[in-house]
Amino acid sequence: MALLEINGLSRSFGGVKAIDELDMHVESGEIVSVIGPNGAGKTTLFNLITGLLPTDSGEIVLDERNIVGLRPSQILELGIARTFQNVRLFPEMTVRENVMVAQHCRTRAGVIPAILRLNRREEEQIRKKAEETLAFFGSRLVGYRFDQTAVSLSYANRRRLEIARAMASDPRIVLLDEPTAGMNPRETQEMTELIGRLREERTYTIIVIEHDMRVVKGVSDRVVALDYGKKIADGTYEEVAHNDRVIEAYLGRKAVAEA
Amino acid sequence: MAEAVRSRKRRTVQLPILDSFLWLIRIVAILAVVWGSWVSISSGRLTGQQWRNLIVFGVSQGSVYALIALGYTMVYGVLRFINFAHGEVFMLGGMTAYFITDGLARTGFWLSQPWLSLLIALVAGMTVSTLVAVGLERIAYRPLRGKPRLIPFITAIGASFFLQYATGGLFGVDFKSLPNAEVLAGSVRFAGIQVVKPQLVVIITAVVMMIGLYFLVEKTKAGRAMRAVAEDAETAALMGVNVDRTISMVFGVGGAMAGAAGMLFALVFGQVDYFSGFVPGIKAFTAAVLGGIGNIPGAMVGGLTLGLVESLGPSLVLTGLGVRAAHQLKDMFAFLVLVMVLIFRPTGILGERLAEERA
Amino acid sequence: MAKTAKPAAGQAPPEHRELLPARQVDLRKAVRIGLASGAAAVFIAADGILLKFAETNVVDGVGLGYLILVAVPLVLGYVAAKPPPRIEGFQEARAGIRNLAAGGITGALTGLTLGLFLFVAGSINIRPVFTNVSPELVERLTVGGSVPIAVLLMLLGGAAVGILGGALHLIPNVWRRPLFGAVLWVLAFGLLEDVAETIFENTGAVYVDDFLYQRGGGLSAVGGAIVFAVFFALYVALRRRPLSVSAFVDGLPENRRRPARLAIGALVVLLLLILPPVFERNYTHILNVAGIFLLMALGLNIVVGLAGLLDLGYVAFFAVGAYTTAVFTSPGSPAFAPELTFWAALPAVVLAAAVAGILVGVPVLRMRGDYLAIVTLGFGEITRLIVGSDWAAPVFGAARGVRGIPNITFLGIELDRPQELYYVILAFLVLVVYISYALQDSRMGRAWMAIREDETVAEAMGINVVAAKLWAFIIGAVLASFGGALYATQIGSVFPNTFKLIVSITVLVVIITGGLASVPGVILGSLVLVGLPEILRQFEEYRFLIYGALLIFMMLKRPEGFIPSRRRMQELHEEEVGQDAWLRTQQERHSAEAG
Repeated sequence: MALLEINGLSRSFGGVKAIDELDMHVESGEIVSVIGPNGAGKTTLFNLITGLLPTDSGEIVLDERNIVGLRPSQILELGIARTFQNVRLFPEMTVRENVMVAQHCRTRAGVIPAILRLNRREEEQIRKKAEETLAFFGSRLVGYRFDQTAVSLSYANRRRLEIARAMASDPRIVLLDEPTAGMNPRETQEMTELIGRLREERTYTIIVIEHDMRVVKGVSDRVVALDYGKKIADGTYEEVAHNDRVIEAYLGRKAVAEA
Repeated sequence: MAEAVRSRKRRTVQLPILDSFLWLIRIVAILAVVWGSWVSISSGRLTGQQWRNLIVFGVSQGSVYALIALGYTMVYGVLRFINFAHGEVFMLGGMTAYFITDGLARTGFWLSQPWLSLLIALVAGMTVSTLVAVGLERIAYRPLRGKPRLIPFITAIGASFFLQYATGGLFGVDFKSLPNAEVLAGSVRFAGIQVVKPQLVVIITAVVMMIGLYFLVEKTKAGRAMRAVAEDAETAALMGVNVDRTISMVFGVGGAMAGAAGMLFALVFGQVDYFSGFVPGIKAFTAAVLGGIGNIPGAMVGGLTLGLVESLGPSLVLTGLGVRAAHQLKDMFAFLVLVMVLIFRPTGILGERLAEERA
Repeated sequence: MAKTAKPAAGQAPPEHRELLPARQVDLRKAVRIGLASGAAAVFIAADGILLKFAETNVVDGVGLGYLILVAVPLVLGYVAAKPPPRIEGFQEARAGIRNLAAGGITGALTGLTLGLFLFVAGSINIRPVFTNVSPELVERLTVGGSVPIAVLLMLLGGAAVGILGGALHLIPNVWRRPLFGAVLWVLAFGLLEDVAETIFENTGAVYVDDFLYQRGGGLSAVGGAIVFAVFFALYVALRRRPLSVSAFVDGLPENRRRPARLAIGALVVLLLLILPPVFERNYTHILNVAGIFLLMALGLNIVVGLAGLLDLGYVAFFAVGAYTTAVFTSPGSPAFAPELTFWAALPAVVLAAAVAGILVGVPVLRMRGDYLAIVTLGFGEITRLIVGSDWAAPVFGAARGVRGIPNITFLGIELDRPQELYYVILAFLVLVVYISYALQDSRMGRAWMAIREDETVAEAMGINVVAAKLWAFIIGAVLASFGGALYATQIGSVFPNTFKLIVSITVLVVIITGGLASVPGVILGSLVLVGLPEILRQFEEYRFLIYGALLIFMMLKRPEGFIPSRRRMQELHEEEVGQDAWLRTQQERHSAEAG
């Protein structure tokens, strides 16, 4: 059975069906790209998987367990972490703290141990792990950057920090929402490699929403195309890229007829 | 597969302890209200006439709350911001009414032209409150537009205290008693109910004001601009609406309503002091939330409901539950209503008239 | 406009480019500020501040009332004459006649407005409306003998003072700071004469006191000059190496920072230990009051500063602490009087506070921001109304309250003087400061901050928001209840009217002015905002007026507080801002292509 299975998932906003009877599955260790024109329901799909939005119907099964109805924090604990399209860090916390926060559900020390200073060892571990995670990105987020506030980072570094934060929660599946949006070609290339490294070195399963077709081509094992909340194609990059319905969804009916 | 779906029980209850606690409060509250009312009514402690008096008092009080609540609700509608200092705008209306009536009472005009005098006081109170509300927006709130919600809110708390204590410092901290108006002595029989004259004046004035407001908002160009800004300020600006001026106008209209309410309130209770805006302000906010904040008819419904609840509640519910000296807990009852409403129906009776944005 | 001309930051601005002419001081703005300044001056006169402080001598017989009145055109003249911030690509504005003109305009308008007010107040009796505009006030303002002359004098004097304010911009930066600092110290010495006297007497330096102060109150001219000279010299000497403890500690190698911090902490505590004998009864009492507020402020700082939950009903927990102590310790408790000692009652206090924290916390868990503030305010008022009602009189004694709360005993010694209670309060404070720091850098502390920054994302990053918020309320409630317990024993009785909304507001003002989430800021805030009004009793009447104005001012001009928490002080890294801007243009192009 697949690691993540989505069966008959639906969600509408006041009559508009953002996700409509969607079936989808992701195998362990796969990198799946979700593509589709603006408003196809890609981000809604992520919000449903991570529990930020309640579903209307259908089920989301992680490792044979239906996670529909769980709180977002419980879903993260089960191993699904994500990034956001419009980077949502904790702006006034430092880079290191941003990553330390993500280990919340993997650590225990509460208020009383903190007051009695029984949390020293755990704190040390959290800190060390945060710094190791940040070192994954080379020299970009380490050293003096540890103590800088997230708001003072550059756009690309914010995106990296968001990924680091997701990594620190020890996920099995990472959902990346447009990881290269707003990046220059060099940084985009770097991000493409990074996504590959995330699987190779960290053995994550990755679902990525992406507009840049070069990135999609570069990273995906499989591509799922959405339009109006429905799945219109599912297969390798080549298959999906030449699928008539996908071209139609992107370019409109007329363009296809002319072609 | 279908069987598998059924076997996996869908978890909709996120935190059973929390939810059951809230349900417990709900049930206890309902039981208390029903039991208390039943005991009170069956005991026959108050006569029918006394109950009717309480209702009339509640309606007149409620229409004052409704007038103040309009200011909260309109400002919230356009700026998503609780103007905490609105109670002080209301108080300044009453304060102005006191100075005007007091001044007129020294000249004899008060005795020869009582109705005209009251009208002058009303207009003066509305004018001062309008100016204060507009000035407040210009000085304290406008520079903070677009900041996180709590920043203008804290500013408003500061403005509230500043206005209170500035009023106390400038005009004195003593209670100011309005002169007696002989035309308002006695009562009128109205559809079988005995109504004291000041309360009748309050109800009539409030109704007239609200009808005026309705026409302003629904039928004029300015009102259309207000509604447009409330809907979406950015788009309204692109469509040629002067957003700054419209927001000023919203504050101004809200201030005028509060000023009128201040004058009416002072008239009913016969006195006003620098602190007398605080409690009615909070209650009017409760009324606005009760009716559904951002919603103009909601403010009216909420005001009347709160007025009735507050006037009937202590005698009906608390006394029935065996609480001694229940009238002391009148304010507590109003605050309790506020807390209960925000917990159990934050969108109010008629619903919020705004798309709930993700904060 | 100007910003498009700005070269990419991080590179040196190209030298060859023509600079645009400097942006000048805006004289129209000076007119606006002048009118506001005039309004402020009239307000100060009509509100009674001038009269109230006319006899409070500061330096050489000059009354505080006049000083405040003169400070208005001086300070606002300085503000009006401030050149607009320099933007790259523009020449730097040279200080000169325009600064003087702006200051002069502001000052003259201030004088004119005040003069008009005097003219009105002198010709008709406006006292029935403005209660403080007494004949005495008119007399005080009529300095030159007759009203027209006084108006003229005000106009000229205002202009002169305003020009002086503008002229401050002509002083090089190196001298301006020492000047301002020294003037403030002179004012502080003048105002805190009684405190200084007590300190000098008890440290055996009576002669210093006799030397600095004159008989009628306030500094003598010589004393003022000496204070000014000493502090001016100090500032000049230290201008290159500011005495910053944190900078000193940060300069040390990593392994020596901790011992250094501990040593400094110990030194501070030692200093605090010797205060009561120096401060005697009265001022120690004031320190105690400030300390109790500080306890509450540190608690509220966790709720508002760290977790971002604006609680306006914080006084409720203070009341819970005070009433629980009263009921458990006082023999005069109406219904139930176990007559425990303070220490034996403490667990009950903590428990009651924790329960109250949960009771308030649970219903508001799903509310955000301003709604939460209003509901907590409601809870605060409900608490006060209940303890004050006849219904609850059998337990809480209604308006009479609970009396006869015994003093704290420690090792068999009864601590009945403020000087002794001081040490108990200090012990609690040390504990609470420690707890504040311990929690700030803990797993829960980070969870609170994450919730403050973005609740949705915090939940998505695995934080149990419900539990974290409840803990914030519980900790806040317990810390406030400590304050309440100490307050009850200090006063010896509790009344419902003590627990008004204004207490919550005071604590809020303290933490916002000091700096949200900043422990040093909160400490300074409570000393200045709670301690100072107690010392300068005349200020009592204007305390809440000042609080209100302070809240508005802080939000408009300095929302991070006077001693911001460290992270908020960091400025944007210049290089990255440039990169950021560049990236944004890239993204726009990207999305334009996509669309």
